[in-house]
Formats: sequence, structure tokens, C-alpha cells
Amino acid sequence: MKKMVSISEKEVEHIAWLAKITLSEEEKKLFTEQFNTILEYFRIIDELETEGTPPTFNVQNLENVFREDIVEPSLSREYSLKNASKKEKGYVKASRII
Amino acid sequence: MSKKITSVVVFSKEEFAEDVVIGLEVHCQLTNLRTKLFCGCSSEYRGEQPNTHLCPICLGMPGSLPVANRKSVDDAMMVALALKSEIAERSLFFRKNYYYPDMPKNFQITQYDQAGGIPIASGGEVSIQVNHENKQIRIRRIQLEEDPAKLVHLGSIDTSPYTLVDYNRAGIALLEIITEPDLKSSKEARVFLQKLRSILEHLGVSDGKLEGAMRCDANISIKKGNRVEIKNISSFKEVEKALNFEIARQRAMNSRGLKVEMETRHWDDVKRVTISLRTKEAEHDYRYFPEPDLVPVEISKEKIAKISQIIPELPDARLDRFVKLYKIPSYDAGVLTSDKAMADFFEECIKLYPDAKTISNWMMTDLLRWLHEKDIEIKEAKVTPQHLVEMIKLIDDGTISGKIAKSVLPEILNTGKTPSEIVTEKGLLRIASRKDIELLADRVLIENPKAVQDAAVDEKAIHYLIGQLMKLTKGKADPQLANQIIKEKLKKQSKSN
Repeated sequence: MKKMVSISEKEVEHIAWLAKITLSEEEKKLFTEQFNTILEYFRIIDELETEGTPPTFNVQNLENVFREDIVEPSLSREYSLKNASKKEKGYVKASRII
Repeated sequence: MSKKITSVVVFSKEEFAEDVVIGLEVHCQLTNLRTKLFCGCSSEYRGEQPNTHLCPICLGMPGSLPVANRKSVDDAMMVALALKSEIAERSLFFRKNYYYPDMPKNFQITQYDQAGGIPIASGGEVSIQVNHENKQIRIRRIQLEEDPAKLVHLGSIDTSPYTLVDYNRAGIALLEIITEPDLKSSKEARVFLQKLRSILEHLGVSDGKLEGAMRCDANISIKKGNRVEIKNISSFKEVEKALNFEIARQRAMNSRGLKVEMETRHWDDVKRVTISLRTKEAEHDYRYFPEPDLVPVEISKEKIAKISQIIPELPDARLDRFVKLYKIPSYDAGVLTSDKAMADFFEECIKLYPDAKTISNWMMTDLLRWLHEKDIEIKEAKVTPQHLVEMIKLIDDGTISGKIAKSVLPEILNTGKTPSEIVTEKGLLRIASRKDIELLADRVLIENPKAVQDAAVDEKAIHYLIGQLMKLTKGKADPQLANQIIKEKLKKQSKSN
């Protein structure tokens, strides 16, 4: 059985940074606890013997599903940008990112 | 800042330093596709209004399902075969997760070579010619992926107050071609990219002339130091500049005893410097996992054989044909075939004027020099094969001198006027009348008594006088006739003395 690594509060902070969200101190504690509970389930799954079993990447048992290179109509800009909170000259306005 | 720029000037001439190691990740749009990689939105986004080529799939709306463009796989196979890569029997799409606004889905569909991922092709090589020597640049892998959105900044990215996003480009089919770290200089990188572009253009899958159709990231290290990745090199022209800057920056750090950090830097093409991104993201933060909405791509041997048959003549084969058929030097053939438009131009000219050597000489010397000087490609210049051939014919029939032709060529490039028009407008007709040249020669001899005196004992003085005559006629005098007449007149004078 593999040893399960536990998640620290620092890692939760990093994940929050990746997801561009801010967490309060209570939330950090809460999520650290919850993440570790979730990982517990994986520890149970990890106990299964999978040596020699090929990994499953796709459950549909399909391959080579393609579409032809034919243009289909796009949405109107007004409709596409309905969910954008900030717009300017038809663009979506975002904070500066490099 | 000024210090950094000085160091660029110092090092920009550097070539083939043995301690420089460069690897490239080249992103080429499959511009022969009419639609995006996973949806039917038109791929013709250039010049269009922002955010007008979008649908629920490329916007990543819940419930939408991507379906791969059949032709994108054919394109990728053609490129793999041309680069001698091995095509995977079964390849998979993966999600690369990140939270930048350049992908509406918050992930990019790509391929991966770890965590069970299999890209569409692996291995391969491209042969390049640098300083008359052949070199193989190995390819690590080729993968299909989506292009992210275009981000618009006001001026430099460093100072722009915010970012404007146009998602029309998001989802366009890209082929990422990753090299092994086999490149030794910015020049080799440029030559490699030129060759790669020529191959893709011969295949007809990607048109490098289109703005943003070919971009690249570069990994570079010096003296076995840390590897620095430069992102956002928006065109092949910029690569050499970005690499030169980075080599200079790392050398300057080394010489001051400072350690080069392993990091990702951004090429700012406005300020012409690389900027540290100070990213806290590591590879595993992208949490790659198999794209559950797409099925694997399986490619049979029969399919590979079928695609092999439609591969057109590639630059290397064309080079050999040029040497054998047109009897031009291998080096010249290499230069001409390094750009499909250039090679096509050459062959168009030959259809109109069968002396290949003369055509190639004009292209290799004056035409290339002017294109280089103006920093444009042959497709951007206004010169056509008809122009060049007409100009050569004007020299042949004695209408203009070769020297004048050299000044006519840049005029054609700038204006697109025909050589005859330019010659007439500028009064460049060759002076071939003996009487006219004799009159002018008399004037030269009268104005240069010292040289006339010296001419009796010094050959150089004769050449000086001929030069003066050519100068007087702004190069229009027939040089042989000018030579002959000056010598005759000098002889006559020395006799009469």
C-alpha cells in the first residue's frame, strides 16, 4: 500500500491562488480538512491491485469520431458576450495578465 | 534599461557559441482549415470584428461537446511524415488547466507525453544549412492543440492598464512542433524556423505570411546554467532578436557573477526586452488529464500510406532538382528553396526567361539584399517575376546598363512599376552613342588635366578618368564604350604632344 500524502494549509493557499480566489482563514482550515477527507477515499481506491491493468482514459469504447471541415454559423456577438461582466469595443475586458 | 540595450549591441553579432543551448516550441496554425479544431466556427478571423466567431463549443458552454476536425489529423500526419516523425497508432487529447482569460473554458485542449498521454507523432528531424554546413535538428514531438484567444494591450504589456480579449482565435487548430535542444545560436534558430516554415508551406498546411500564423517559445541556457523559457515570440522575425537579447542578458549576469534563475520570461516586442513573469506555476499545476469529451485518434498503416502518397515535393527535393535541372550552385538552391514564395518566383522567372543562372544571380544578390534591407518578404514586395525578367531583357538589348538595373530594382520593389516605366520616367536610358560619349569624354579630359598628365605613366589615372565619365553620366554610359573612348582620346593627346 502506498503512503498517502496529506494536504497542508499552504497547498490549499496555492490552489486558491491558481484558481484566482481569495479564502478566509476559516475557509482555508475548512478546505484543508475537506481535501484530506477526499484524499482518504483515494487511499481506499489505491488499495486495489491494478498491476497489469491498462488505464482507462475513455469509457465510450469509441475512436476516430470526426467532423468535416465545414463552416457553421457562429453566435451573434451580443449573445456571446452576454455573460461577460466587462466589455469594451466588442472585446472582453480583463485585468492585465502576462 | 539603457545598460541592457548596450549589452544587446555588444552581443548581437555573436554566432555559434559552443556553450549556448536552444530548444524551440513552434506553434503553427493549420491555416488550410476552414473551421476551428473542435467546432464549425470559421477560422478566418483575421480582419474580422472581435468576438464574432464564437459558438457554445469554443466558448466552453456547459453541455457543449467538441468534435475533432478530420482534416486537422490529415494535416498533422502530413507534417509528421515530412519531418520523419513516427505517427502514433493511437493518440489522445488532454486538458491543460489554467486560469488565464485567454481560454473561455479555463483549460486548453492539447496533447501530452506524460501521465499516459500520447501525442500524434514523436521523433523526427529537420536538416538545415548554416555557414555552408549541414546539420540535423531533432524533433521531440508534434501535437495538435487549440490556439488561445488574442490578447490586446495598449502599448507595452508591462504598462498596459488592462487586457482586451478577442476569442475569435480561441480554438483555431494549432500544431505544436517541439525540438530537442540542438540549436546553438539565434542564427541557427532563425534558419531552422525558415526551413520549417518552407516545409509547411510546401505541404500547403500553414501560410507563415499570415500575421500570427507561426509563433514560438524558446528554451535557452548558457554554460550549462539554468534553463530560461521565453514566451510570446509573436513571429519568426522576432525570434532572433529575442534570443540575442536573452543570450546577452545571461552573459551579462554570468560576467557579474550573478546566477541565472530558472524561470519563464516574456518577450516584450514593444520594448524589445524579456521580462520575468515571476510565475508561481509549476508543470504539475496545469493538472493535465485526459479530455473526457473527445475519443482517441487511431491511425492505421493504410491511412499513413495513403497520406504519404499526397505529400508534394518538399524543399530538400526541390533543392536537388534546382541543382540538377537548372545547374545552379547547391548553396543558391538552398537559399531559394528556404522560402516557398522565393522558389516559386524563381521558377516563374525561368518560364519567361530560360537562363536560370542569370535569374538566380539577380535573386541571390540584389533582390535578397533589398528585401533584407527593407525587412520584408518577397510576397510583400511589389516585384513580380515579369518585372525581373523584363529588367534583365532591358540589359540584354542594351536599353539600360547593368549598373542602372541595380538602381531600378529597388524602385520596382517600392512602387510596383514596370522597369520600362521607371527607365523612361527617370531618364535612365543607356548612353550608347559614340558621339555623345565622345563629347562628354572631352569635357572630362579638360576638367582633369592632372589625371590626363598622370595617365601616361599611371594606369590608375586612366581608371579615374573613366570613373569620372561614368559619374558624369550617372552610370548610364556604356562602360565598354566609355573605356574605349577615354583610352583612344588619351592616346591621341599623347601623340599630339
